Amino acid sequence: MAAPMKDLTEATLAQLNAREPRELTGSQILWETLVHQGVDVVFGYPGGAIMPAYDALPEYPIHHVLVRHEQGAAHMADGYARASGKVGVCIATSGPGATNLVTGIATAMMDSIPMVAITGQVPSSVIGTDAFQETDITGVTLPITKHTLMASRPEEIMQALKEAFYIANSGRPGPVLVDITKDAQQKKCLYAYDPSPVRLPGYRPGLHPLPREIERALEMIAQAERPIIFAGHGVMRANATGLLLEFVKRTGIPVASTLLGLGGFPATHPKNLGMMGMHGEAWVNRAIQESDLIIAIGMRFDDRVTGNLKTYAPHAKKIHIELDPAEINKNVKVDLALLGDAREILGLLVPPARQSKIDPWIQHIDALKGESSVLEIQHMPDNGQLFAAHVIFDLWKITQGKALVVTDVGQHQMWEAQYYKHDYPRRLITSGGLGTMGFALPAAIGAKFACPKEEVWVVAGDGGFQMTAAELSTIAQENIKINIAIINNGYLGMVRQWQEFFYNKRYVATPIKSPDFVKLAEAHDLVGLRATTRKEAGIAIEQARTNERTVVVDFRVAQEDSVYPMVPAGADLDAMIRRPAWQGTHNPIYETGEDE
Amino acid sequence: MSSESLRTFVAYVEDRPGVLNRIASLFRRRNYNIVSLNVGRTHEAGVSRMTFSVEADADMAHRIEANLYKLVNVLSVEDITDTPRVSRDLALIKVNVGPDRRAEVLQLCEVFRARAVDVGPQTLIVEITGAQEKIDGLVAVLTPFGIAEMVQTGRVAMTRGPIGQAADAQSRSRNETHTVFAA
Repeated sequence: MAAPMKDLTEATLAQLNAREPRELTGSQILWETLVHQGVDVVFGYPGGAIMPAYDALPEYPIHHVLVRHEQGAAHMADGYARASGKVGVCIATSGPGATNLVTGIATAMMDSIPMVAITGQVPSSVIGTDAFQETDITGVTLPITKHTLMASRPEEIMQALKEAFYIANSGRPGPVLVDITKDAQQKKCLYAYDPSPVRLPGYRPGLHPLPREIERALEMIAQAERPIIFAGHGVMRANATGLLLEFVKRTGIPVASTLLGLGGFPATHPKNLGMMGMHGEAWVNRAIQESDLIIAIGMRFDDRVTGNLKTYAPHAKKIHIELDPAEINKNVKVDLALLGDAREILGLLVPPARQSKIDPWIQHIDALKGESSVLEIQHMPDNGQLFAAHVIFDLWKITQGKALVVTDVGQHQMWEAQYYKHDYPRRLITSGGLGTMGFALPAAIGAKFACPKEEVWVVAGDGGFQMTAAELSTIAQENIKINIAIINNGYLGMVRQWQEFFYNKRYVATPIKSPDFVKLAEAHDLVGLRATTRKEAGIAIEQARTNERTVVVDFRVAQEDSVYPMVPAGADLDAMIRRPAWQGTHNPIYETGEDE
Repeated sequence: MSSESLRTFVAYVEDRPGVLNRIASLFRRRNYNIVSLNVGRTHEAGVSRMTFSVEADADMAHRIEANLYKLVNVLSVEDITDTPRVSRDLALIKVNVGPDRRAEVLQLCEVFRARAVDVGPQTLIVEITGAQEKIDGLVAVLTPFGIAEMVQTGRVAMTRGPIGQAADAQSRSRNETHTVFAA
């Protein structure tokens, strides 16, 4: 991994910890503050209004990753944050540099990812004059950030950045943008790092449930006959995976996960049901519709999870464990809200929790599972073609479920969620809320910087991969090792699937021609492989893993396969489109829960 | 589920550039329709007080409050719809009236406890404070004379009795004003 942390010389350390005020430029203050925040890598792209900051960078122990497009910088910071749990940092110049970050910032906002985006701004003397490369980026990003800050004097930079890191990473995390004018970077002021905690009178991220609410929750849980736990992203964000496991051990209640919640509860645990929602397993959605108590932890009842709200879980009382009060009763009206950190609340629920008497319910769900498995296996075409499901299932097997998988958005993303069994937290990185194509490759680069020792796999479609494929060049320049699986079906697959189901099979603008991905990899001085059969797929995965260089594998999969089951948008959650009948022979690969 | 009605909120916000923009942006993004909005400084330095009215049901009111709390510059929010309160609007109405009928207008103003604040050769400016219905009433009787211009502030409101929840700086710092969702 060629991202050496620059050695902190004693002189630098002494300087950073100096309490005596020194006269520094705003640029120096920027980097000093970042070092104090524990930042050791930033993802960015220089330009006019941020050049003073870049000029000061070599003095500091922070590695800069030069991206090929600022969208990549934002996704890398995002991937870094998701993999590490720390704040990711991206940096760009004013105007187009800043606006190019927008998609990445919105992605982080929707998935509650702690990120600080730093942008240069034109000098304060010309703000408002439509100066060259001037954009009101704090205005542009206002609705897609947790907060925005602006510094137009060097004296404001430390405070702005300290606030940004604090806000980004506390409460419900999210991206914070800090816009710093060029003159603020250039001018000098007296500076000494202020280690005191940030005080923001209007910002109180810490909420705590009342004791009577915890008691009420325990009563509801004890009375339930058909309870189900929902594990969302918040379980992992709160580092509450261990407590969730303990809670399930004590109560025996089964767990369904959201897309971003996958890995928050071990996929191979007997009480794990799998993913819920639009492409959730049939038995999961059926169980939800039949349940009499939902204990939702750190999730927000997204429309992709609920389907038709009017018919959603009609028999279930709902307990919502949630950090953000604005999520309570937003989509689904709940009976009890426990406001606060999932770890704290589970910590209160675990000790008094008792085994629930729900054996008939568990047996019923197991029966639903059996029905679904048999159905899927029987319906799986076995015509010698390579299916995306094969690739991902084999990837799971070969990596023993331990890889850090970063997916793009579309069919492959759903197949990954279905066939890669995530037993460990923070091992699936995916754009859930915004559904940002082009996310995977840059996010994986960020994840690799966060976890240099992990085996990182990108799983992307041929469409999304091409949106940010320029970052292959970043991989080559940084000389990092990741593996890239392109699930290549020659279509914008998910849109094609919707066209097949809902638009009378008119495949408008979905067939997509791709470059020769093997040659593309080679052109970047990376390794390219291709697999067209299941046997080749396994070999390619093995070869990619053992190669020291970054390997791009072009998996040529069935062109017109669809993701099943599917709940059409807005339909009842148990009104699933199932895989069409297939008369062929048994193929154990389309197995979901039971089969090894 | 209660039905939609006009709900009145009081919010304390930091007096900084862009704060109103953040609040307006939140309302636009979440599709909340502001009926009336008033912002002004308070006796506390650096703190502004807002009164705003929104068409919302009780659930939506909770979410409005919770979403406002998510804004870093919002210090406190209180839904005072169900609290006894004093609400006032102020309107200035310029009536087209010359010397011949001026007395008639002034008489009407007296009934509504409105005051004449400027007299021109052919116009009269009337100031009225009160609830919206009262202002509407005056407008109705002045319309036949011909209203040249009219301006109205947004509603300002204050709860009756002791210091309001949102206004209590100590309670603000103790974080007691967050919405609590009862079981």
